[in-house]
Amino acid sequence: MTTLPVDPATTPDAVSAPAPTPTPQAEWRTLRGRNVGDRLYRVTLTALALVLPLLLVTLLAELVIGAWPAIQRFGLPFVWTSVWDPVAGVFGAAPMIFGTLASSLLALLIAVPLALGVAIYLTEFSPKWLRQPIAFLVELLAAIPSVVYGLWGIFVLIPFLRSYVVPPLRAALGWTPFFSGVFYGNSLLAGGIILAIMIVPYIAAVSREVLLAVPANQREAAIGMGATRWEAVWTAVVPYGRAGLIGAIILGLGRALGETMAVTMVIGNRHDISLSVLQPAYTMAAAIANEFSEAVGDLHLAAMFEVGLVLFVITVIVNAFARLLIWRVARGTAVGSRAL
Amino acid sequence: MAPPADARLRLETVRLTALFGRRAVLKDVTIIFPAHTVTAVIGPSGCGKSTFLRCLNRMHELSEGGWVTGRVLLDGADIYDSHVDPVQLRRRIGMVFQRPTPFPTMSIYDNVAAGLRVNGHRGRRELDEVVERALRQAALWDEVKDRLRASALALSGGQQQRLCIARALAPQPEVLLLDEPTASLDPAGTQRIEELCHELKRLYTIVIVTHNMQQAARVSDYTAFFYLGDLIEVGRTEELFTRPTKEQTEAYITGRFG
Repeated sequence: MTTLPVDPATTPDAVSAPAPTPTPQAEWRTLRGRNVGDRLYRVTLTALALVLPLLLVTLLAELVIGAWPAIQRFGLPFVWTSVWDPVAGVFGAAPMIFGTLASSLLALLIAVPLALGVAIYLTEFSPKWLRQPIAFLVELLAAIPSVVYGLWGIFVLIPFLRSYVVPPLRAALGWTPFFSGVFYGNSLLAGGIILAIMIVPYIAAVSREVLLAVPANQREAAIGMGATRWEAVWTAVVPYGRAGLIGAIILGLGRALGETMAVTMVIGNRHDISLSVLQPAYTMAAAIANEFSEAVGDLHLAAMFEVGLVLFVITVIVNAFARLLIWRVARGTAVGSRAL
Repeated sequence: MAPPADARLRLETVRLTALFGRRAVLKDVTIIFPAHTVTAVIGPSGCGKSTFLRCLNRMHELSEGGWVTGRVLLDGADIYDSHVDPVQLRRRIGMVFQRPTPFPTMSIYDNVAAGLRVNGHRGRRELDEVVERALRQAALWDEVKDRLRASALALSGGQQQRLCIARALAPQPEVLLLDEPTASLDPAGTQRIEELCHELKRLYTIVIVTHNMQQAARVSDYTAFFYLGDLIEVGRTEELFTRPTKEQTEAYITGRFG
């Protein structure tokens, strides 16, 4: 006790009823906590860190409160009924949910091979001087404003689809339900393609990082046992990074689900479920953007809130599922899993 | 220091020079590897011994700016000949690396079978046979036969390295190149690998790069000493270690440098 300064105010107490002697750990803790600046800093940062989860909770609460009249009125059937009649006050969001999922899946179908191809080419096959320029240009795609994609979709993509893509597609596959009906331009197909182009840079950039993080000795091991470069990629590099690659794909999917502007401009915004990708469709994000400002009546507004809530929940589910997938696949090894 | 006249030559290099761009890291190396022998390649760090090994299965040319001059003859045929496919060649000359490199997403079985699968072997029974034989040769069979479907990562470092040896042996190569195979292993794991070298030379011709002179003395029939990209001396291991003819060799093996 001689080495530590003793506060005179507390000494009498300590004498009359000996307080439990502080453990060495506790003493060290007080010593460490001496610096007021550090303590203040830590408190501030803790508060800032807590703001984010709080924001999320608030957001969810607001959505539920806003959507409450619609939830009470329509209950769960809201998500699987298809009538959307603001005048009659009947709302069912199934077509939007379908459109959101269908356009996003279509986008993944197109974007994943493309983005993985770019990433594999850039890390494994391209000459060194070409890597940075291509990577830069691909990532630049992410910087283009959504509305510009929408314009491009209307003035370039849709005419192109109408003249060169859809006729042969219908000739070959018109008998399937997926390519039936008349093609007017604005369609699930156009929306899916626009989305694909928009999410390629994300998937490609993350995949590239993941593949770069695969240790060189994995490639060498494969090549050393007589694999070609291509076989080395598919037996060693891609499996090693698969958790990270799945993460990259889910990141793209997350963006596709929520993308609004460009999709609204080309998908046709028709509240209808059609299996044919040539037909117009609707997405939740597009519906909110289109109708929110001109919602007629409280119930319509509440229905829009509920659409937002459903979108929110779907993205949460997708992300949770992605985590689960990554966690199951990674089992401690695969690279890139920790970053996601 | 010629090998006995009856020993058949398996692999030899003739004035082999390895370069990165314009920088030669290995100069004019001429050396022979008789069949069914173990040759140790020793020398201080940066002497070119790993590069040398990578020239023997044409891995060196995959490094940025890597190329070679001179010849490497496998059973008398130059492996750098224009009609030789390096991918096919590497199935005849297996390689094991410094750190164990099992494929982490594959089972023990699939790791060993990987070399065969890329080779186009897919018959179930054939794979089973080859995998068992390779694991037996790598002295790993008894330890893993009950858990062939388990992840390769469940094995210890030493076991992983023997798994990599089994993977290299599965396509039945003629030559086995070991690049400091025990550098990351504990003494017990090291001992297993060294014993394995003795066993395997009955079937294969082995070239082993090592940092460890005791290891070279224990496992090899011939030893080659490299220094700064030059092959200083090569000879029967016991002679090289007891009566080196070059001053640099003596300085290195007695521990005066490197």
